[in-house]
Amino acid sequence: MTTWTSPAISSMRLERPRSLAHALDLLEADRGLTPMAGCTDLYVGIHFGSLKQRRFLDLQPLASLRKIQKRPDGTLVLGALVTYSQCLDSPLVARALPMLASAAKEIGGVQIRNRGTLGGNLGNASPAGDTLPVFLAADATVVLASARGVRRVPISQFFLGYRKTARRHNELITEIEVPPIAGKQWFRKVGTRAANAISKVVAAGVRGEGITFALGAVAPVAMRAYAAECALGSALPLSEAHRALRSEITPIDDLRSTAAYRARTACALLTQFWSETR
Amino acid sequence: MKLRINGTTFRVEAHPLERLLDVLRIQCKLTGTKEGCGEGECGACTVLLDGEPVNACLVPVAHAEGRSITTIEGLGGTEGSHPLQRSFVEQGAAQCGFCTPGMLISASVIPAGARREEIRCALAGNLCRCTGYSAVYRAVELARAKRARRRAR
Repeated sequence: MTTWTSPAISSMRLERPRSLAHALDLLEADRGLTPMAGCTDLYVGIHFGSLKQRRFLDLQPLASLRKIQKRPDGTLVLGALVTYSQCLDSPLVARALPMLASAAKEIGGVQIRNRGTLGGNLGNASPAGDTLPVFLAADATVVLASARGVRRVPISQFFLGYRKTARRHNELITEIEVPPIAGKQWFRKVGTRAANAISKVVAAGVRGEGITFALGAVAPVAMRAYAAECALGSALPLSEAHRALRSEITPIDDLRSTAAYRARTACALLTQFWSETR
Repeated sequence: MKLRINGTTFRVEAHPLERLLDVLRIQCKLTGTKEGCGEGECGACTVLLDGEPVNACLVPVAHAEGRSITTIEGLGGTEGSHPLQRSFVEQGAAQCGFCTPGMLISASVIPAGARREEIRCALAGNLCRCTGYSAVYRAVELARAKRARRRAR
């Protein structure tokens, strides 16, 4: 059998840890090590040469990060390597966080859902990541582990800028903790087609005693729409909530949509959220 | 590295980050799996990894080690003996044919007796640029219905 190495990867290196502790030691020792999970984003960059990174940490051997669990206090704990398909199949997710199942259902095709992971979606921090508004609306907590210990970051403080997160180079996203949610959950994605499309605008919300509403693809980061939430919560007319929403989003024109369409659609989604969760 | 493909063990020497797609086509000479977009959009490179459809263009070969891989060659091969393949032929479900191996692999895990909507969802990650979807759905529907009838007997 002939050995053949594609030019794109010949200069790259893959570390395959034996355990989580080993993975964290490797991250501690090498600043340039990039965690690699389902590869659905990473491999596009590798293949088309747009990725600067050369050294990768394979998370696939870390089976402990694949679990979906519920703690006695009702907290839903999703391992970073949980795939979208797992979310769709999980009775725990269906019961405690149905808006995550709704989001998972519309991500990619089945091939992508079988590979893409929740931790990857968060770590990649694309402004259009479909699970990001869900976790923002759910007030989730991102659990970051390093060789020095564990740090919990509220999701509202996790996304720092375009594809920039609070994760430090020596840290790994290990879990996402979702507190029990009282209220109706809502999710909607607007894309070119129902499957295999990156969102033009994506939104998730919870309406109970409190109101949370989060959006993707209308700013450099997925974001909570605090001003719009406040307007809705104070029983102001919807037009006021729309005005508030427009003041806090910063959509752009790109290959998928326009700023004007995104602003109009974000308002339409807010209206739908409000009428459908009555 | 050892790969278990279509029930046969292949020994390959490959960089762990090599795409499973390239290892299958270039090293294992299993060229039934096609490359379309190379970015996980089109599904032409769909194979089964432990029975689940994945895009072989987005799988480092390291992730396929020690797992069971099924390619179109393992489904019904060039004889086209698999019931889905025969149904595709009967219904004229292939035009240029480039998407067909991926379509067949994705269709192979659709449960017997699946409805049109389930079939559409299961094949949403497989693009046909000749736009022959209706014939594809019909072929899968008929093959799966036949299978359900055989099971019922």
